[in-house]
This record gives sequence, C-alpha cells and structure tokens, in this order.
Amino acid sequence: MSQSFDEITAQLKRRHRRSARLKHMSMGALILAAAFLFIFIGDMLVKGLPAFQQAQIQVEVSYTEQASQIPPAAVGEDVRGLVSRGYLRLIPGRMRDNPELLGTTRMEWVLADSSVDQYLKGHEDALRGSEARVVERLIEGGRAELRFNTTFFTNGDSKMPELAGIASAAVGTVMTLIVTMLVCFPVGVMTAVYLEEFAPDNRLTQLIEININNLAAVPSILFGLLGLAIYINFFGVPRSSPLVGGLTLALMTLPVIIITTRSALRSIPDGIRQAAFGVGCSRWQVVRDHVLPLSLPGILTGSIIGMAQAMGETAPLIIVGMVAFIPDVGGSFTDAATVMPAQIFTWAGEPDRAFVEKTAGGILVLLAVLISLNATAVWLRKKFERRW
Amino acid sequence: MLNEQIVENREKPRGVQRQPARGEPVSRNEKANHELSIRVRDLNLWYGKNQALKNIDIDIYQRNVTALIGPSGCGKSTFLRCLNRMNDLIKSVHVEGLVEMDGHDVNAPRMDEVALRRRVGMVFQKPNPFPKSIYENVAYAPRMHDLVSRKADQDELVERALTDAGLWNEVKDKLQQPGTSLSGGQQQRLCIARAIAVQPDVILMDEPTSALDPISTATIEDLMDKLKQQFTIVTVTHNMQQAARVADYTAFFHLGEVIEYNDTQMMFSNPYTKKAEDYITGRYG
Amino acid sequence: MSTNLIYLLFCGALLMLGLVAFFLARGKATRTRASGAAMFAQPDQYAWFSVLATAGPAILAGALGAFVMLLLGAEIPVAYLLTASVVIAAIGLFVGLMQVRPDFHARQAIEKVIRLALATAALMSIVTTFGILLSIVSEAIRFFQMQSLWDFITGTTWSPGDSFLASAGRAGEGSGGAQFGSVPLFAGTFLISLIAMLVAIPVGLLAAIYMAEFAPPKVRDLAKPVLEVLAGIPTVVYGFFAAITIAPIIVDVAGFFGLDASYNNALAPGVVMGIMIIPFISSLSDDVINAVPDSMREGSLALGMTKSETIRSVVLPASMPGIISASLLAVSRALGETMIVVMAAGMRPNLTANPLEDMTTVTVRIVAALTGDQEFASAETLSAFALGLVLFVVTLILNMVSVLMIRRFRDKYRTNTL
Repeated sequence: MSQSFDEITAQLKRRHRRSARLKHMSMGALILAAAFLFIFIGDMLVKGLPAFQQAQIQVEVSYTEQASQIPPAAVGEDVRGLVSRGYLRLIPGRMRDNPELLGTTRMEWVLADSSVDQYLKGHEDALRGSEARVVERLIEGGRAELRFNTTFFTNGDSKMPELAGIASAAVGTVMTLIVTMLVCFPVGVMTAVYLEEFAPDNRLTQLIEININNLAAVPSILFGLLGLAIYINFFGVPRSSPLVGGLTLALMTLPVIIITTRSALRSIPDGIRQAAFGVGCSRWQVVRDHVLPLSLPGILTGSIIGMAQAMGETAPLIIVGMVAFIPDVGGSFTDAATVMPAQIFTWAGEPDRAFVEKTAGGILVLLAVLISLNATAVWLRKKFERRW
Repeated sequence: MLNEQIVENREKPRGVQRQPARGEPVSRNEKANHELSIRVRDLNLWYGKNQALKNIDIDIYQRNVTALIGPSGCGKSTFLRCLNRMNDLIKSVHVEGLVEMDGHDVNAPRMDEVALRRRVGMVFQKPNPFPKSIYENVAYAPRMHDLVSRKADQDELVERALTDAGLWNEVKDKLQQPGTSLSGGQQQRLCIARAIAVQPDVILMDEPTSALDPISTATIEDLMDKLKQQFTIVTVTHNMQQAARVADYTAFFHLGEVIEYNDTQMMFSNPYTKKAEDYITGRYG
Repeated sequence: MSTNLIYLLFCGALLMLGLVAFFLARGKATRTRASGAAMFAQPDQYAWFSVLATAGPAILAGALGAFVMLLLGAEIPVAYLLTASVVIAAIGLFVGLMQVRPDFHARQAIEKVIRLALATAALMSIVTTFGILLSIVSEAIRFFQMQSLWDFITGTTWSPGDSFLASAGRAGEGSGGAQFGSVPLFAGTFLISLIAMLVAIPVGLLAAIYMAEFAPPKVRDLAKPVLEVLAGIPTVVYGFFAAITIAPIIVDVAGFFGLDASYNNALAPGVVMGIMIIPFISSLSDDVINAVPDSMREGSLALGMTKSETIRSVVLPASMPGIISASLLAVSRALGETMIVVMAAGMRPNLTANPLEDMTTVTVRIVAALTGDQEFASAETLSAFALGLVLFVVTLILNMVSVLMIRRFRDKYRTNTL
C-alpha cells in the first residue's frame, strides 16, 4: 500500500531543492543586514578617521608691532594663505598677554588652514598650484605634518573647519540629558510602580496603558511640535536651551522608561510580595524595601537604553531650535546650546568638503558613546540576570 | 538485556512459554500479527552527557498496538521519538544503535528523515491542529506529498481520513471552520486524521489521551483498535488500564532500559520481572 | 534682591522648616512612646508625616501661584508668592506636629500621599498625549482659518514661499500668492515609505526567519547584537550616510543605465530608511515566530514535511497577524521619520512616481516651516502643525490597528494551550 523509502526519497529531491531556497534566501537576508552595518561602519571610518588628525605647519612667526594690528603680517607672505586664520586672529591677544614677545621672531608649529589639511590627507585639488608647491617644500623640509587633532575635542563649532570641534555640542548633550533624566526617571519609575503595584484595574488605568503604548510610537518630530507650542510659546522656556530640549526629550523617553521598568517589576515573582505582605508590610513598604531594590538593575538597564535613544534624537530638537551655532561651551541650562546629533546635522549641511570629515568624525564619537552605553546596558542585564 | 533478566529471575519462572530471542516478547500473543515492522537493536541515546536510553532491543510487529509504559522520565517518549527521528530537532541529542525499518537503517546518513516521517507518522500529547481550516488540516500534507492531484481526489481523501478517524459525521458541515474551534477530543481525532491521510505504515502516539476527558479517551481507544487493521501503532501511555485495554504487546521501561517486553495479557496478569510487577501493582511509579 | 537669591532663600527656608518638622515630630513621638502610650505608627513615620505636611502644601501653593501667573497673566511678585508659601509651610509644620498623637495613623497618611503622587505621575502620559493633541490641533485650527481645508487636502501645489507677504498685509505683491496643497507632500512621503518597506519587510522578515528557525545558536548570539547596533544608530547618522554615500552611488548607477537621477532622489532616503527599519521588523517578527508553539512545527514535521515547507505553510501563517502588526508599526515609523529625509530627500514638492527624481515629504516641510525666520503666526509656520496633525492621526490609527492585531495573535495562542 505505502511507498518504499527509495520511491519517497526520489520524490523528495525536488522538494528538498525548493526548501533549500528558503534557507539560503533567509541566510542571505541576514548576511545582507550585517553587510549593511559593516559597509556603513566602514564608510564612516574611512570618512571620519582623518578628522582625528590635523595638519600643522612650522612657520616663522614675527611678533612685530605691525602684526599686533594686522595679524597676517606675522607670517611670511608665501605661507600666509596656509596658516589657519583662526590662529592668526589670536596673535594680538597673545602679544598683549606676553609683552616680551614683541620684536621676537620664532619658528613655531602652527595650525594649518583646512585646505592644507585636506591636501595632506590626499585631496590634491584642495590647493592651487603655487600653494601646493609651497606645501610640498614644507613637507620635504619636515615642516608640515598631520598630528592628533585636539582642537576637535576642545573647541566648539566654528565656520573654519580646522577650528571646529565637538566640545560645545558634547556639553550641550550632557546638560540636555541631565534635564531629561531628572524629569523622566522619577516620573517614569513612579508611573510604572503605580501601574504595576497600585493601580486598580479600571477604565482609567487601561486608558493610561493604551496611551503609553501609543506615545511610544508617536513620531519624534511631533514631540518637537509640542515643545515648540507648549514649552516655548506658552510657558516661555528659552528657545534652543538645554532646558527646553531636555524637557522635550523627557516626554519622548518617558514611555521607554515606563515600559522597561514595568517589565522589570513584573519579573519579580509574586512570592516575594506575598512573603513581605505575610510579615505585615504595607503595600508601599513592600515596594520600597523589596520590589524596587530587586528590580533596580532592570530599571537601570531600561533607563540607559532610554537615555541612549534620547542622545541620538535630532528631529524634535531641531524644532525647538537646538541647531544654533554655538562656538563656546555653554554654562547655563537656559543659554542657547546644541547637541551632538544637531551638530552633526549642521556640519552635514556645510558645503566645505573639510566638514564632511568633521561630520563623520562627530558621528564616530557619537556612535562610540552610544554603543558603549548599549553595551553597558547589555552587560548590566547579563550580570544581574536572575532566574527565579 | 532480556536474556540477563531471564538468568537473574530463573529461580521463579513465571509461565515462560519458550526462551525468547533477542528483542522478542517474553510470551507470544497468538492472536497478534508477527510480521516485523521495526527492529531495534542496541539503541543508546544521550542528552548531552546523560544517557537516556540504554541498549534497547525490541521488535515491533506490523498491524498491532504496542504500548510503552513506565514511570515518568523512564525514556519511553524519548524512545518513541527515535522511531521517526523527532529527536533530531533537539541539538544535544546523540543516538547510537540500529533502528531498522523495511531493510533500511533509520539512523543511517543516507536516510532522509523527511521520507522516514512520511512513513512513520506521529500524534502528540496535546492536540496540535494547525491554525487552518479543518479541511486544510487534513488536505495539507497529502497535497504537499503529491498524493492527490485533482480537487475531487483531495475531497475524497479528506472524507476518508476523517471517516477513519471517526470525525466525519461531527465536522462534515463545518469543514471550513478553523481546526482550533473543535473540542479537545475532536482536535486529537483531527490530528489522527491528519496523520493517517498521508497513509503511513506506522503511527506513533505520545500519550494521545492524557490531555483529554474520559469520554474522548474512550473514543480514541476504540479508534486505535480500528486503526490497527491498517497501521502499526506504537503508543506511550501513563495509564496502565489503557495499555491493558488497547495493546497487543507492552514494553515496560525503567531508567532508560526495557525491563520487560511481553504479551499484554501476560504482562498484566503474570509479569515476568519483579520490577514490572512492582510497577503494575502500584508499588512505585 | 535678585530673583535667584529669593529662590535660594525660599529653598533654604523650606529645607530648614522640613528639618525642624522632622526632628520635633520624632522627638515628640519618641517621648510619647517612652511615656508608655501605644502608638499607631513608628516615630520616624510621624516625622516624615510632619515633613510632608510642611513641604507639600507650600510647594503646591508655589506651583499654583506660578500657574496662575502664567495662565491668567496675573502679576504676583515672586517675593510675595514665596513668602506666602513659607507661611503656609509654617502652618503645615504646626498642624503636622499637632497630629503626633498616639491615635493618628501616620503611616497610612503617608502612604495615601505617596499613592496620590504615583497616580499623578501616571497621569503625566495622558497629559503628554493631550499636550501633543492640543498644541497641534489648536495651531492647525489657526492654519485652517487662513487656508481652506479643501485646498489643503486636494491641492497639488505646495508653495508657501509668499505667505509671509500675505501675513504682512501685502498679499498680491508676490507671484501668485501662497498655496498649500498637501498632495505632493503626502505622495512623496508614501513613495519613500513604500521604498523603505520594500527593503525592510523582505530583508527583516527573512532575517528573522533565519534567526528563529535555521541559525545555529552561535550565529544567533552573534547576529542579535549586530541587529541591535543597527537599531541603535541615530537617524541623523543614517541621513548623512544616505546623502553623502548612497545618493551619489544611485546617481552613478542610474547614469550608467542612461537614466537621469537627482542627487536628492527619493531612492536613497527610501533605501536607507529601509535599512534603518530592518532590525525593527526582524526583532518583532523574531518574537512572534518564536511565540508560535513548537508543537505546530512538530506536527508538521511528523507528517513528513521539510523544514522550509513547515515554515511556509504552518509557522508563517500562524505568525502572520504578528508580522502584519510589526509591519504596520514599521510603516508608522517610516511615515514619521524625519532626519533621513531632511538630509537626503529634496525640498521641492514634486508629484511624481519616479523614485530617481527629487521629492519632499511631510516631515521635511514641517522642519522647513519651523526653522525659517518666519514669525510664528504666519501661514507657513502654522502649516507645519496642520501637517503634524495629519501625521499624528495616521500614525495613531496604524498603531491602534497594530496593537489590536497583536493582541488577537497573543489571545489565540493563550487559549489554544488547552
């Protein structure tokens, strides 16, 4: 009645071939996704790594009376176009602070103009012929080289690529995130504790839950509209400030923290609560002394992930004006500031090619921070993972 | 294995009709069919480092019901899953030994496990109908196996399988409803219909009634009795009365070994080994 | 006195009063207890109750005053307001201390307050949603008072360029006046989202199938973090990648085939957005595929099906509601995605189906309208809120449908376990 193994196996050949296709296609898809990541990271590394180096040239600087009035006069005419204008602008100030410089002439390593920088990094067309010849001579004489770019980490934004750095954006990011954290950590944890431990199961609670899920999926730019209309126009919070940016991001991060905290609370077995109730603890004492301490690692992990997400967010911050040009590191929560992603956005819009490198450099820094934050979260989760 | 048992127990012979050969039941059931279906020799199985089956020798005969009994964790389900290589799905499992069917070594690299499962079907502990209509649940596999080409053939095959599974009268008016809409017992019969629709030689049943109510259980037991006209049935059961009711032969497993393989009547009236007696009389298990 | 100093003094005073309340109440409670009276609560609980009684009403009063000032525009000098709240604090302190009696349930009172505070925090999410809705709707209404709703929905020309003239009372001086026909914006948004979905759904779903069904555990352990990294990359970075790397490649490739592509073509942001959404789809689909019980797979394999046939005919149909729900969420993300399109798509509203042309999207125009130097009341600025309203409603509907579908999926596998 039934077929023999040989017959069946022969029939199966075609089906196995067809089946293998799905396996190969799905494996291909995963490889493709991984390839995207590697191409992307590779592309950013190629474009961004040069940003961590910067050209310096050794030139003769004469601190003359004339140079204190017209700074470019301090360097020889042949190299005048090669020295960073930002450096030259500082000469009068330095002469004021160090009067003994007047009249001296020294060989100094100075910051080169971004065109020299680009030339040294292999973009031959960055310099005109005559300048290129001068630079070639400097290179031969060992008087032009690429050095580690400290300016990139210590300066704020600048219109001159060789002076542009991420310091003000980094500080702005930290300040904005402090505001975000201060608002959304307590509110988020409290909401989660209420919903998970206290809330009666009624219409209102269900409404809140649906609402939180929806809020998590609202496009981020709409939070920007809220920030603009309510915080800035209604409450008069200063535009572009870390305060308004942080408050906007806080609303966006709130659902993330609530959802992760709730799942952390839910993973605490009911036996612990019942045991605590059994020895006469009140509901709040159970939460404070047992549930919260036990779920703390989970809550922290969720908060770190939420913060990392807020850190990479740009769209709502653009709407509330955090794309301002900020050359100096800000000091107050109400001053105009910018954040890393916004700085990247601003630089990406600059036509100068030297800024492409800065943009990618900024991206590398941002990615490094974000990946280490996420890795910390994963590590925390692994370390404190507990099977009840 | 059994030979050793016999030596051990020689002091108190219990109505042995003859010295059984390796893998044969101790007593013969003269009403049963004795054409060989599956021959198992020296079967060993490990989960990682834990040995779950030890030197199993057993002959399973065609068109019989063979019941596997024993305390939980004794390896009876694991053994059942060796017969259609469902254990392949578990990564840490390692199998040695011979499982022979129709002259082919089931565990040989040349054996296509898909072809094997086509001939050795299985019904599970919990009814697991696919999230499809009742009709599709049955028609799906025969269609994939090219057993039917025309729609009319397919309809006929579905009707026959459902009739054989004793479900046709209950579902013939709602074939397009989802399989999950049936009751537990009906779902299990649907799973049996699904298994017989591909016309296998052997049907493995892994505690098929343990999730069902007594009435559904009785229906399925009757069904097994009917199905053994066409199919070789190997069933695992917790329920010794069930084994006694439906099985021609019964094998008692303990700690990964076959302690006794015997005619069901003999096994329950006059077990050959002490351990089987203890288990059957409820001294442990 | 500068305002900052006043704030500092206020905080200092409040803190002092709080400390005083704590120690006085605890002292009193300890003494009462020492005298042998049986008390309902611990001394510390009385102490905390007094602190709450002192600080709570005072802070509430301060906040209320600030709100009245903001909302009603009433001018209350800050110094008066704060002094008043310090006085309230002092009264609270007195009342709190009076309550240190053996028959007072201090702990229950504290816990009532805590519970109230927690519930208030939980209401924040509702307030946020209403905040978004309110801010968007009210400004959108202002926009529709200036521009006709019908033109907004059906118009095919979006040229807000001259609207500032109209708002300055000089309408008609520009060329033809402003037009706010949103059709090309939505067409652009949908086209780019469609491209993104064409990339993300097949790749994400297949990757999920591989991870859930085929991959050896080692590959799985390796691939999960890779996808998580992909998911954690900020959108501004994807935008840069699309504009600087992908768009030129597309222009070159199109040129090779003799096609003319814009550097702001819709393909680049679409494809990169798709890449961004891959991990989203794959992780959600991975979850739902894993949620399909193994008994389904075993049932099919035991019938002599190959693994792929099992996946195609049993696992995928079973997880389809979950996959559709994930895809809907992904569509909602693509529609609302901003940075990639702002950086890589065009600014020009362009009603075309050719993905090699430049076109703009709803989010691009929202950003453009709000980052210009327009005054807030101009029609162009307000148009951002009208667009935002549509975006909000569309994504909200997508989310709702998606939540309903996933809930049905979950229910199905809960009830079927028998």
